[in-house]
Amino acid sequence: MNISLFDVVGPVMIGPSSSHTAGAAKLARVASGIAPRGFAALFIQLAGSFAKTGKGHGTDKALLAGALGFSESDERIREAYQIADERGIKYAFSDIDLPDAHENTARLTFKYADKPDFTVEGSSIGGGRIIITEIDGSKTSFNAEAPTIVIRQLDKPGVVNDVSGILAESGINIAVMRLDRDSRGGMANCVIETDANIDENTVSALEHVTNVVSVRAINL
Amino acid sequence: MYNTISQLISASREKPMHEVIIDDEMALTGVPRGDVYLRMHTSFSVMQKSALKALDTPQHMTPPLIKGQSSLQHKYADGATLCGKEVNEMMAMALSASEVNASMGRICAAPTAGSCGILPAVITTAAKKLGSNKNEIAEALIVASGIGAVIMRNATVSGAEGGCQAECGAAAAMAAAACVYLSHGTPQMCAEAVSIALINCMGLVCDPVAGLVQLPCSFRNASQSANALSSADMALAGQTCPIPADEVIEAMFRVGHALPSSLRETAEGGIAATQTGKKISAEFFAAK
Repeated sequence: MNISLFDVVGPVMIGPSSSHTAGAAKLARVASGIAPRGFAALFIQLAGSFAKTGKGHGTDKALLAGALGFSESDERIREAYQIADERGIKYAFSDIDLPDAHENTARLTFKYADKPDFTVEGSSIGGGRIIITEIDGSKTSFNAEAPTIVIRQLDKPGVVNDVSGILAESGINIAVMRLDRDSRGGMANCVIETDANIDENTVSALEHVTNVVSVRAINL
Repeated sequence: MYNTISQLISASREKPMHEVIIDDEMALTGVPRGDVYLRMHTSFSVMQKSALKALDTPQHMTPPLIKGQSSLQHKYADGATLCGKEVNEMMAMALSASEVNASMGRICAAPTAGSCGILPAVITTAAKKLGSNKNEIAEALIVASGIGAVIMRNATVSGAEGGCQAECGAAAAMAAAACVYLSHGTPQMCAEAVSIALINCMGLVCDPVAGLVQLPCSFRNASQSANALSSADMALAGQTCPIPADEVIEAMFRVGHALPSSLRETAEGGIAATQTGKKISAEFFAAK
């Protein structure tokens, strides 16, 4: 059998919809884990079925709560608006037409006082599962079902070698590694799924690699 | 190793069915056997809470189409009923989980959020009657999950793909098999219960009013719980179905694909497309 029992009975989640509520919360939680820390405002664009039927499924609250770091089983998702207000985080929603995107897609733009905007796009693909498809304008593809390191880097020789060396030293086994670049020598997204959670020291070491721009770790 | 119900039954000649399923889970995920039990205990605890939460306390949801359904049934269960106290209490539990789900409360998808009331209601009812302990309940849930995995692998549990028969129908089939297992029925009896439960709801459409997971979802959680319990009783009585469970699952899948899109979670058919269904929808989407 190639399906886990806990994909049948599970996930434990906030209702009413695994795709429109739980998946939305996870999508935004992972997106905010990829974006730089400390955003001051969030602009959420909803496409397809998220835009059409999201209202009755709390998709808006789930996305906002996820971006604030709440898990898809946290009952505070209901109070996402109040919590964002209390934390002084501004938010806005709008619909967007993304013809080639999956039915349940959202684009999250994180806004900062002192940094340029950062955009993450992804889709909720059913049963609470998600896929991240775009990071700050560059294509990518991962599900965040394992601990994941997202490295923004310049497309230069040797980066992958240095990165894998640090992971080897930290005893972290690479399960999947994926590199997508905008253009030759331009920006690239390096997404690494690992078999173990990624500690702060490893993240810090990765940040010091030549030609690495930023590193974020999404632990389970 | 199993990918079908018939393989599951064959493998269960060597060892108990839940062991066969745990072995596959361990091979797939690397999770130790004790953790499989622990996680099932956790899932069941979430399930039970959702099945009890609205029994006395109506849950708030927008619009409040199913608010208070559970407490209404719960109160009624104590009086002179037709189905008896147990079945009415079971339906109240299924309605409770549905209310909790619609109110953005915490539930355990089983196999989906829309059908999250059936397994908790049915297993709690059967376990109470049979005096089952915690580990027996976990093992019955493991059996239900194994059956669900086969349905997911070889058919679908998505309302958008197969209609309500795929969601609440699959949940009823899983719950029926779990009850047979709790009652110490044979693996073949578990398979018969799966067949009977799926046959009893074959063709059931997914027609949510205003696209919300409220109506008819809550009533279907209650009625498919009754389907599960009665299917288990039929299988335990020795009823057999000449069509094997794997073929019934395949038939359910084909029927699902034969359903027009209007009857697969699009809110464009069934009770969603009635005059009143459309009115409720228009009012909801007009409200700020």
